Amino acid sequence: MLKDQDRIFTNLYGMHERTLNGAQSRGHWDGTAGLIEKGRDWIIQTMKDSGLRGRGGAGFPTGLKWSFMPKESDGRPAYLVINADESEPGTCKDREIMRHDPHTLIEGALIASFAMNAHTCYIYLRGEYIREREALQAAIDEAYDAGLLGKNAAGSGWDFDVFLHHGAGAYICGEETALIESLEGKKGMPRMKPPFPAGAGLYGCPTTVNNVESIAVVPTILRRGAEWFSGFGRPNNAGTKLFAISGHVNNPCVVEEAMSISFEELIEKHCGGIRGGWDNLLAVIPGGSSVPCVRGENMRDAIMDFDYLRGELGSGLGTAAVIVMDKQTDIIKAIARLSYFYKHESCGQCTPCREGTGWMYRVMDRLVKGEAELEEIDMLWDVTKQVEGHTICALGDAAAWPIQGLIKNFREEIEDRIKAQKTGRMGAMAAE
Amino acid sequence: MLRRLHSEQPASFAFTPDNQTWAEAQVTKYPEGRQASAVIPLLWRAQEQEGWVSKPAIEYIADMLGMAYIRVLEVASFYFMFQLQPTGSVAHVQICGTTSCMICGAEDLIAVCKEKIAPKPYTLSEDGKFTWEEVECLGACTNAPMAQIGKDYYEDLTAEGFAQMLDDLAAGKLVAPGPQNGRYAAEPKSGLTSLTEYDSGKTQYNASVQLQMDVKDGVKRIQGDEVPLLTPWVGKDGVVAGRAAAAPTPKAPEAPKPAVKQAAEAKKAAAKPEPKAEASVAEKEPETLKAARDGKADDLKLLKGVGPKLEETLNELGFFHFDQVAAWTDAEVAWVDSRLKFKGRIERDGWIEQAKKLAAGEETEFAKKAKKDGIYDD
Repeated sequence: MLKDQDRIFTNLYGMHERTLNGAQSRGHWDGTAGLIEKGRDWIIQTMKDSGLRGRGGAGFPTGLKWSFMPKESDGRPAYLVINADESEPGTCKDREIMRHDPHTLIEGALIASFAMNAHTCYIYLRGEYIREREALQAAIDEAYDAGLLGKNAAGSGWDFDVFLHHGAGAYICGEETALIESLEGKKGMPRMKPPFPAGAGLYGCPTTVNNVESIAVVPTILRRGAEWFSGFGRPNNAGTKLFAISGHVNNPCVVEEAMSISFEELIEKHCGGIRGGWDNLLAVIPGGSSVPCVRGENMRDAIMDFDYLRGELGSGLGTAAVIVMDKQTDIIKAIARLSYFYKHESCGQCTPCREGTGWMYRVMDRLVKGEAELEEIDMLWDVTKQVEGHTICALGDAAAWPIQGLIKNFREEIEDRIKAQKTGRMGAMAAE
Repeated sequence: MLRRLHSEQPASFAFTPDNQTWAEAQVTKYPEGRQASAVIPLLWRAQEQEGWVSKPAIEYIADMLGMAYIRVLEVASFYFMFQLQPTGSVAHVQICGTTSCMICGAEDLIAVCKEKIAPKPYTLSEDGKFTWEEVECLGACTNAPMAQIGKDYYEDLTAEGFAQMLDDLAAGKLVAPGPQNGRYAAEPKSGLTSLTEYDSGKTQYNASVQLQMDVKDGVKRIQGDEVPLLTPWVGKDGVVAGRAAAAPTPKAPEAPKPAVKQAAEAKKAAAKPEPKAEASVAEKEPETLKAARDGKADDLKLLKGVGPKLEETLNELGFFHFDQVAAWTDAEVAWVDSRLKFKGRIERDGWIEQAKKLAAGEETEFAKKAKKDGIYDD
């Protein structure tokens, strides 16, 4: 298990002093100017060496992403935009950072912006996080008062501003180009890529969009060294990670753990086990609503990292938002609820997604009741394949995958329910 | 879901003076000419002040930010947090209904809302104090099930506790938000499993709850003096340091004015008498022929701008040969022009120059291409 001294978010639950003083006493804002003095190339190289993969879901290497930004300004400013639009069902880790350990994020924003030649950073917070917004704004104000932001920020010689912006309840604004559109005051509809944001993003200027957690871990990685960070987890899955475990565990919680921890250890150590014991585990969604669910029996020994969940289980780590479902759960209904979510959140720009999410939800809704034909299961599978990969952004894929995961793993449940509805009898299980 | 403006709208909208100050401070976050970025925060503040977003509020904010009304309406109808109909005078209750909360009992909370508030969402309760809706994931999944009421998250709810909470809120009592089952924040309920080595003696409330307990603005209509927006980024000299250090942000493409304004201006312009277009050149009838010389007309379609239909018209007027067209004077062009009903086309397409070349037996680009592609071949 990860030791407390190796935890980056030392005030994750907000039990210690949340002010700048408190943050400084826990080691944040320590020698920030010195880190910046080491230069842009050193920062980016250290981030590459640390093996940090983006914490927003896709797992793209953070250092590499930064290196796409132009080295010199071509007459346009550069921007860092921090994606705090935490809306993926199951995910609630960034919230804890922003309300309880905000200075990790603000310090990270300064260093990351310097590394990308940006003098301005926007934090795009989801609209519902009103108290988190107030807490984070208070921390930003404190940092300005202490000279850590603004002109000659933290004595680094770099002039730097952080602005807190918020949305108004649109999941799609977590997609980086939709977020940029929204930040420009428009509807959050994703843009075609290319041009990628590093070429033309916010206000048509070079922009990098990073998740809150990706930025908040930066100062500690730089202070303690790339090797320290890459020492956790398996190769290519380095570091520590905030896990958010919700659903049918005895003690749901957000916790920082080393990557590649086993699912069993994560649940036993921090969540007090599965409700009703391991035999009662039905299914797990290991990385937020967008990844396919996994059958419980395959999950117990699973290693919680990008490569294992994707390679071995055909799912994904996503945002490390673990949704646990026990055998009292109606799994079809649980996934149908996600289909409703995607239908609700589709921005309506691409036809396959706009029409497909509604179509898929309506079929899922009938499957919940069993009012369907057996061949409709395959038809639904076909439709998910027609939506997947045929839209501007990944929302279409995200809507398709949970359903594919359900059909792959729980086909017999769906079939039983359809048969039971047809014959008016319960399934074969109940007859035993 | 169909989202449109409410059928009954108030006559006007204005921010309170403090909210106006707040709104102007918000605009300073964005580069010059990019104030449209502030549209979501400003609409939200309007909703916090009034309880919902009305048409006058949309227009007020559009005027304030120099945006077309339709652009602001688009934003107001796109984002689901904007309530386009009046909400309860005490609070609008939002139950998170997405999977994590659903499997932990959100449906029971919705049943409470249906019973205590109204059978349907977005409908005022009988006493007008509450409205409710089921929303998508609010991002507090480890504290499921939960509800947002006003500014605050009420977490780890039970149906009974939630029903009691609604009664207390209706009675004007202060209910501390946050976890309702004795937890502090998002730690394991049975006790800490990490971050145990150091104990500083925690404050009573976590960060979110503390803000409500300090200001008590959770469900009130926001007047703007509760949590003022300081603007520490604007230096004493009025300069935003980071912005000044970087290259200027490219200008936004100019937005068209709101349609009603355009209409008003057009009306004003129409009231003035239009200056008469001066009759430029007097018309003079050119020499025409009754029929083609030797019965062999030139293919006038080889002139760029002349198609089969125009050729027919020209033939009817009495023009069959390139040299005829080449010889037109200005006055004669004007005469033909007025009969073709294609004002200015002869000059625009350069018929006379083309005709001169073709009459002399030379080729033009267009004629070459037309012949090669056989576009007029039958």
